[in-house]
Amino acid sequence: MAGYLPEQALQPLIYDIGAPGRSGVNLPECDVPRATLPAELTRDDLPLPEVGEVQVVRHFVKLSQLNYSIDQGLYPLGSCTMKYNPKINEDAARLPGFAQLHPLTDESGAQGALFLMHELQGWLGEISGFEAVSLSPAAGAQGEFAGILMIRQYHIDRGEGQRDIILVPNSAHGTNPATVTMAGMEVRELPADAQGNVDMRALHAACEGDLRDRIAGMMITVPSTLGLFESTILEVIETVHDAGGLMYMDGANMNALMGVVKPGELGFDVMHYNLHKTFSTPHGGGGPGSGAVGVNEKLKPYLPGPIVEVVAEEDGDTPPLYGFVMPEKSIGRMKAFHGNFGMHLRAYAYIRVYGDSGIRDVTRYAVLNANYLRARLMRSYRVPYPRYCGHEFVLEGHIEGVDEVHALDISKRLMDYGFHPPTNYFPLIVPEALLIEPTETEVKEDLDAFVEAMERIAEEARTEPETLLNAPHTAPVRRLDEVRAAKELVLCCAPALPSYS
Amino acid sequence: MSYIPHTPAETRAMLAEIGVRSIDELFEAAPQSHRFPALDLPPPMSEMEVAAEMLAISEANDHGQDFAIFRGAGAYHHFIPSVVNHILLRGEFYTAYTPYQPEISQGTLQATYEYQSMMCALTGMDAANASHYDGATSLAEAVTVALEASRHRRRKVILSHAIHPQYREVVRAYHQGRDIRIIGDRGRGEIVDLLEMLDDNTAMLALQYPNFFGQIDDLATVAEAVHEAGALLVIVANPMALSLFKSPGELGADIVVGEGQSMGVPLGFGGPYLGYFAIRQKYVRRIAGRIIGETRDADGKRAFVMTLRPREQDIKRERATSNICTNQGLMALAASVYMALMGKNGLRQVGELNYHKAHYAAERINRLDGYSVDMSKPFFNEFVVACPRPVEEINTALLEEGIIGGYDLGPHYFHLQDHMLVCVTETNGKDEIDRLVEVMGGLG
Repeated sequence: MAGYLPEQALQPLIYDIGAPGRSGVNLPECDVPRATLPAELTRDDLPLPEVGEVQVVRHFVKLSQLNYSIDQGLYPLGSCTMKYNPKINEDAARLPGFAQLHPLTDESGAQGALFLMHELQGWLGEISGFEAVSLSPAAGAQGEFAGILMIRQYHIDRGEGQRDIILVPNSAHGTNPATVTMAGMEVRELPADAQGNVDMRALHAACEGDLRDRIAGMMITVPSTLGLFESTILEVIETVHDAGGLMYMDGANMNALMGVVKPGELGFDVMHYNLHKTFSTPHGGGGPGSGAVGVNEKLKPYLPGPIVEVVAEEDGDTPPLYGFVMPEKSIGRMKAFHGNFGMHLRAYAYIRVYGDSGIRDVTRYAVLNANYLRARLMRSYRVPYPRYCGHEFVLEGHIEGVDEVHALDISKRLMDYGFHPPTNYFPLIVPEALLIEPTETEVKEDLDAFVEAMERIAEEARTEPETLLNAPHTAPVRRLDEVRAAKELVLCCAPALPSYS
Repeated sequence: MSYIPHTPAETRAMLAEIGVRSIDELFEAAPQSHRFPALDLPPPMSEMEVAAEMLAISEANDHGQDFAIFRGAGAYHHFIPSVVNHILLRGEFYTAYTPYQPEISQGTLQATYEYQSMMCALTGMDAANASHYDGATSLAEAVTVALEASRHRRRKVILSHAIHPQYREVVRAYHQGRDIRIIGDRGRGEIVDLLEMLDDNTAMLALQYPNFFGQIDDLATVAEAVHEAGALLVIVANPMALSLFKSPGELGADIVVGEGQSMGVPLGFGGPYLGYFAIRQKYVRRIAGRIIGETRDADGKRAFVMTLRPREQDIKRERATSNICTNQGLMALAASVYMALMGKNGLRQVGELNYHKAHYAAERINRLDGYSVDMSKPFFNEFVVACPRPVEEINTALLEEGIIGGYDLGPHYFHLQDHMLVCVTETNGKDEIDRLVEVMGGLG
């Protein structure tokens, strides 16, 4: 496919620029005698691009300009917590003492990194009321996986390996049911009641019926994915515990809880944190994440490893010695080495800036911003559930009397007003859902501008619906043919190699 | 208040709009018995203080600017051109989310598509996804694909003992809830021994290339035997070695996975890295995680979009084969920029520097009294050294000379007590190598 250049390409592909023999690097001469390469094992062709340094810089800078990002404006993407990513954290991550530290350095030579991880484990435990924390999961989904594997092993060790059902509310993130399947367990979905809480009758029926002895636990997001605090959460926890199950909290919405309640104190047995949501580590266009997992005393021996502990206490002038430890009955390793350390150090710097008196304000102002938007948008859109929200809220992307306009059209039109759209069509239980999460770092002027854009869009839906149906009009491209992408499946533009037969 | 911009007047105006008197009133649904607990955290810090503290913590580590690094074992100290970091620091890239809204995410989408393409070029595969968490989890996901490809009729997975020990641990952790058998890696079996374990219950056989000991096995006839048994051949490859050696595609692999850190991602104490995952066309619809495809917009303009979405957990929920949601987006961008800069000629040159320097070091160490290097097979940039005394003692002495020595293989391999795995890359100058040899020689 190389050499193919559509007339209207935004930016040519890297394979379509450059010239034979060109390179973007200047490498040192070989300063040792050359060894012989085994000809029968070497390859003949390496079909990579041949592009100069300036060309590479311009190529990627131009690509960057086709993106929307937090650094450009409000990004009210519900359940994703798109808060400002502090610049100082990026500087810290690039210090040679972190960036050029080998993961298998002897522990005595990595005391700075180990100290930092140990502190962060403690702070995350303190913020959520848990006994112990492992930083090793690479993302929220891995934290969930670790949590469910711990619950599974806990039951097996107690001779109750038949407990294989995990209850999941139907408003849950898709990762929750997928995680349960990956762990070899079974999902039972629970409906929500009219207030958006877990339907208590259904929960009691599940926990007190024939399946009682098979209940391994429940996964639940607090506040729920509708942005609502479950007013019955203590009863939910008690009901599952009474049936012998353990409680998993999906910590995706932790930005609504810091300093408000500690999940461990509510009775949760295990939860994951998304350092890339709550603790400001950048989303990076889709990752890396970091999904630490916290547990109470019951599950502590099962944590994924390694975790950091003090292996020799402080003694006079000798500081304590930190080291990696594999918990006694650990479910094992979630990834190689010890988690996404680059995210740990950013989260460390973030918590350090806010400290004891400030971390609660993160949540307070996140919730203030969300309720402010909610109060203002209620005038032009239908907002289900008449309660104050947490850090996010859902509204229906449907305009009375204009059936052809959907949540998707409102979202696409927002791009023309310079905003990233909210999350569309999630949670699944609200029709035409638009899930809005402004975060605490947004200024009132920008929130007001967002409200005005939403109001104008509601007006346009009535007067000129076509404008919405064809939006966006000012983005780099118009709506895409996703069916064609899945059908034709063009996934690679590199020249083909001689194939194996 | 740090990154919170509200003035008291604005807060009052917002509260009035909501119809409450204080922010705390908004939390009335949270159980009162547990509301507003005390937090035992250190006091807040200014940016200046945080910067100083982070510097102090970082300097309590032995890092690559103060030490010569001869340790690899799955994480490699390579040169990263300045351009890579400058592109990664574009806020448009690193402060963006997953490209769910393709109209305003074409930058991330095209860069990821180009990453996929260049990974195909390196591995000789037809398609690559947008990346997994790391090399180890990529291998664990390959196991899932192989089991799925056999429609769960085959339940045996053969792993070579020469796959990174931590990767094998991760595979076991990932699949502990499944009714499958993972065999082959508890002994010291050579590839021929592993081939003998193939049967009609085997879903896949996985090898590392170069293997954990740095060696390049001749894999010319392996694929045929694996395919004859109806299993999939999975190769865990170091992409840097693929600059010189035959692509796994050419050798008949069905799935190629590995750690992409070598290409533009710093050591960073083990993460974030990126797991690449490449596959033959035949199995492309079984791939987990994100994948970017080409399409057209409403005006016919070429554009890119996340495709094969119905496989993913947010749509398929409990029927999804993996719960993976994020990818290592920014690290894939780093690899993309790195590969574009290096290109056809630069990457080969880096590969050759690694090869020649490692061989120079190996030959010199092999001549030292008491040491011997395993030269029984060709190797790339790592090799195994049998030492005259415990590796720990040698490394302690090296550290005093400003050198981080090889990785101690003893704790992972019973038969390799007093053996170290030494890694040499383009970052190690001849003077550094000579110093390494000199200090090791003094301990013979």
